[in-house]
Amino acid sequence: MTTMTTAPAIQLKGISKAFGPVQANKDISISVQPGTIHGIIGENGAGKSTLMSILYGFYKADKGEIWIKGQHTQIPDSQAAIAAGIGMVFQHFKLVENFTVLENIILGAEDGALLRPSIAKARKELQHLAEEYGLNVDPDTLIENLSVGHQQRVEILKALYRQADILILDEPTGVLTPAEADQLFRILARLKEEGKTIILITHKLREIMDITDTVSVMRRGEMTATVKTSQTSPEELAELMVGRKVLLRVDKKPATPGDVVLEVENLQVIDEKGVERLKGIGLSVRAGEILGIAGVAGNGQSELLEVLGGICDATGTIRMNGTELPLTGKGAHGQSRRAAGIAHVPEDRQREGLIMDYSAWENTVFGYHRDPAIQKGFLMDNAAIQEEAQAKMDRFDVRPPHPKLAAKNFSGGNQQKIVLAREIERNPDLLLIGQPTRGVDIGAIEFIHQQIVNLRDQGKAILLVSVELDEILSLSDRIAVMFDGQIMGERMPDQTDEKELGLLMAGVVQTPDASLEKVVDQQFALQEEEREGTR
Amino acid sequence: MNKMPQWADVVLIPLISLLLAAILSALVILAIGENPWAAFKLMVDGALMRSAGWGYTLYYATNFMFTGLAVAVAFHARIFNIGGEGQAMFAGLGVAYVCLFIPWPHWSLALIGASVGAAVFGALWALIPAYLQAKRGSHIVITTIMFNFIAAALLNYMLVNVLRPPRSMDPATATFPEATHLPSFRDMFSTADNIMFRGAPANVTFFIALAACVLVWYLIWRTRLGYEIRAFGFSESGAKYAGISPVRITIIAMLISGALAGLMSVNTTMGESERLVLNSTEGAGFIGIAVALMGRNHPFGVFLAAILFGFLYQGGAELALWTNIPRELIVVIQALVILFTGALDNMVRMPLEKLFLSMRKGDA
Repeated sequence: MTTMTTAPAIQLKGISKAFGPVQANKDISISVQPGTIHGIIGENGAGKSTLMSILYGFYKADKGEIWIKGQHTQIPDSQAAIAAGIGMVFQHFKLVENFTVLENIILGAEDGALLRPSIAKARKELQHLAEEYGLNVDPDTLIENLSVGHQQRVEILKALYRQADILILDEPTGVLTPAEADQLFRILARLKEEGKTIILITHKLREIMDITDTVSVMRRGEMTATVKTSQTSPEELAELMVGRKVLLRVDKKPATPGDVVLEVENLQVIDEKGVERLKGIGLSVRAGEILGIAGVAGNGQSELLEVLGGICDATGTIRMNGTELPLTGKGAHGQSRRAAGIAHVPEDRQREGLIMDYSAWENTVFGYHRDPAIQKGFLMDNAAIQEEAQAKMDRFDVRPPHPKLAAKNFSGGNQQKIVLAREIERNPDLLLIGQPTRGVDIGAIEFIHQQIVNLRDQGKAILLVSVELDEILSLSDRIAVMFDGQIMGERMPDQTDEKELGLLMAGVVQTPDASLEKVVDQQFALQEEEREGTR
Repeated sequence: MNKMPQWADVVLIPLISLLLAAILSALVILAIGENPWAAFKLMVDGALMRSAGWGYTLYYATNFMFTGLAVAVAFHARIFNIGGEGQAMFAGLGVAYVCLFIPWPHWSLALIGASVGAAVFGALWALIPAYLQAKRGSHIVITTIMFNFIAAALLNYMLVNVLRPPRSMDPATATFPEATHLPSFRDMFSTADNIMFRGAPANVTFFIALAACVLVWYLIWRTRLGYEIRAFGFSESGAKYAGISPVRITIIAMLISGALAGLMSVNTTMGESERLVLNSTEGAGFIGIAVALMGRNHPFGVFLAAILFGFLYQGGAELALWTNIPRELIVVIQALVILFTGALDNMVRMPLEKLFLSMRKGDA
C-alpha cells in the first residue's frame, strides 16, 4: 500500500458548524485516503449534507480546518472547491434541461466569449473521458431526453471535465433503478481504479457494504465512528447510526389472505398535459395481505394512490368490498373514500398528509374532521380532540409527545407516526400507504413496518407503494411491478429477487433468453467490450 | 420551535413598527416647519380626549373592523380580497333598497334587515370574482380590483338614473324614513344634563362590528368550516388529500369576506348619512387591508388595528382643521404607518428574532 506515504486526499480537522441553537456539525475530523471510496452514512439530519456543503464551499465552518492533498485550503465558495479538485454530484441534478450534454458540461467553464472553441475542446475531452472511465453519453442529446441514470453521468462528467479528482456523491441512487445503480457502482469502481477519490453519502447500508473501502458514521452532528468496511456489518453500522440495537429485518408470519377487498380494473389516468399516466391497469388486494407496488418513481404509482384516495379523477372501475366507487365528480373525493373504508397515508406527508402549520392535535383529525363524533353543536370539540391526540401520540410513541406543537417541528419519522396513528386507528378496511419510510430514521422504520404488519394481521388489506425495493421485498405478501403506467407483472416475494424485479422496473419482461442482462446493460457491456478492444 | 415568544410577535413588533413610523412622521412634520409634538398632542386631544373625538374615532374604527375582518377571513384561505371597497359600495345599494322600500316599524328590525341586505349584496359582489378564481383560475387580486371600479360605476349609474329623487340635483338617494334611523352614541349614552358624543357619527353598528369580531374568531378557530378554510390556506394539496374542495372553500371564504365588507355600509349609509351617497366608503375597503395586515389576521388584532386607524383618521382631520399641516401630509403619515406595520414587517422581525435566539442560546 502506498497510502501510508501519500497525504490524505481530504482531511477535515475539528469542523464545527451551528445554525442558531442547532449544532449541525460538532468537532468533526475525518481523513480520506486517495484512491478510495469513503462512505458517509447517517440518518436524516445527522449532519452529512452540512459537512459536505462546508467542503464544497456552500457554508463556512465556525471552526476547523480543511486540508486537501496535504495543503491547508480555504474554501469560501464552490469555485474554490472546484479549483481544489473537488467535484460534487447533487441528489437533485443541476442541469439545464433544454441544453445538450455538451452545453451543460461547458456551462460555467467556457474558455471565452465564443462558444465554438469551448465546445470543440469539450467534445474531444468528453470522448477521452468516455474511453477512460466508460462514461458513454451522446454529447449532442438534450438533457430532457436522457434517462435519469444518464443525467447523473453528465453530472459526473461535468465534475471530471473540471479536473476533479475528488468526487462527492450525495444520495446518488435515490432516483435510479437497481440496474442503473449497479452501473453507477461499476463506474465508481472504475474511477477509483484510475486513482480518483470518492465520497459517497447515503443512508442505505447495503450500498455502503457493497462499494466502500472505509465508512464514517454520523449521528446528531457528530462523527461516531470510522471503520474499514470489510471489518464491519450492516447491524453494527445501524447500531452506530441510531445509538441502539436495530432490527433490520421485518418480523412477520405468513399471510392468510381472505376475501377480495379492493378490485381495480382498466384504470386510466390522463393528466392535464394530456399524458397518459395510468394505462388501464388492473389489480386486487385481499383482506389480510400486503400488496407491494414496486417501481422507479414516476411510473404511475403516485397516480394510482391518488385515484384510490380520491385526489385525482380517472376512468375505469374500482370496487371496494364489491361496491363500485365513483371515479369522477361529487363522490370521488377524499371524504367519500374514507367513508368507503379507505385510509390513505400519502407519499408526501409534508404536502398532503399533514398541514405543517397545524399543531399535532389538529392533524390527528385531518381528513376526518367532519366526523360527527368530534363536533359539539356548531363547533368542533377541540378538548376531546386534544385528549385523543395525546393518547394517540403516546400509543405511537411520537416524540416529543406534545399535541400543541406544530407538525413542522417534528422530525420526519415522528410526522409519519402522526399520520399513521390517524389513519390506522380509524380501523379502515384498506390502507393505502405510499413511501412509508421516506425520510424516516432507521429507528422509526422498524416501528412503522411493525405497525403495517400488525394491521395486516388484523385482517386489513394493504396497498403499499415504495421505491425502496428492500422495503417492498421484506413487507409484501405479493409484489406488482409498475413501469410506464402499466403493471409489468406480479411476483411472490419468496419466488423472486431484486434482479428480476429490477428488470421489470426497467420495463423488461422476462424471457427465457439467457442474455437478459444485455438488454438493460447493453450500453455498459458494449463499452466494456470496446475498452477491452482498445487495450 | 418558535423563534420568539408569542407576545413579542403580537405586541412588540407592531409597537416597534408604530414607533418607527411615528419617528419618521415627526421628521416629516419637522421638515415642513411644524412642531411634531404639538401635532401629536392635537391628534390625541382631538381623537381621544373628548367624547366627541371618540365618537368619530370609533365610527371610523367600525368601518375598518368590518373591512379588516373581511380581508382577514379571505386571507386565512390565502385569498387576497382587494375588493372590500367595491363590495361595501355595492352593499350600500342593498342597505338603500332595504331602508327605502320596506316599511320598517322600528329601527332594530330595520337594522337586522339592512344588515342582511348589506351582507347579501356584499357577498354577491364577491361571488363573481370568487367563481372566476375557483373555476377559471382568473387571479382574484386582478378581478377584485376590477370589480371595485365596476361597483363605483354601477353605483354612480344607480344614484344618478334610478335612485335619485325627482328634481334633486344631488346624486344620492332620498333620506331614509325616520323609523330606520339608528341610535347614535349620543342617543345611547347621554343623560339629561350631560350630553356625550355631541355630533359624532358613531352609532349602534359599532356593537355589531364587535360581535362580528367575536363571531369571526369562533368561525376561524372553532368550527369545521374554519378548520377547512385554514387547512386550504396552508396547503391546497393537503386540502385535496383530505377531501376539502378548493372550489367550495374559495367561494365560501369569499362570500363571508364580501358579506363582512358589505356590513360596513350599514355604518356609513344607515348609521351616518341616513341615505346612500356617492363614495360613501371613503377608501375604508383599502384601509381594511392594512388593518388585517397589522392585526395579523386575528380578530382581536383587527379590533386594535381598527381603533388605531380610526385614531389616525380622526386625529388627521383635527390636524387639517387646526394647523397648517396640509391634508395630504396626513395621508403620508397614514401611509407610513401602513408601510412600517405591513410591508416592512420583516425589517423589525428579523433583528428581533436574532436577538431572541441569541438570548435563548445564552440560557442554554
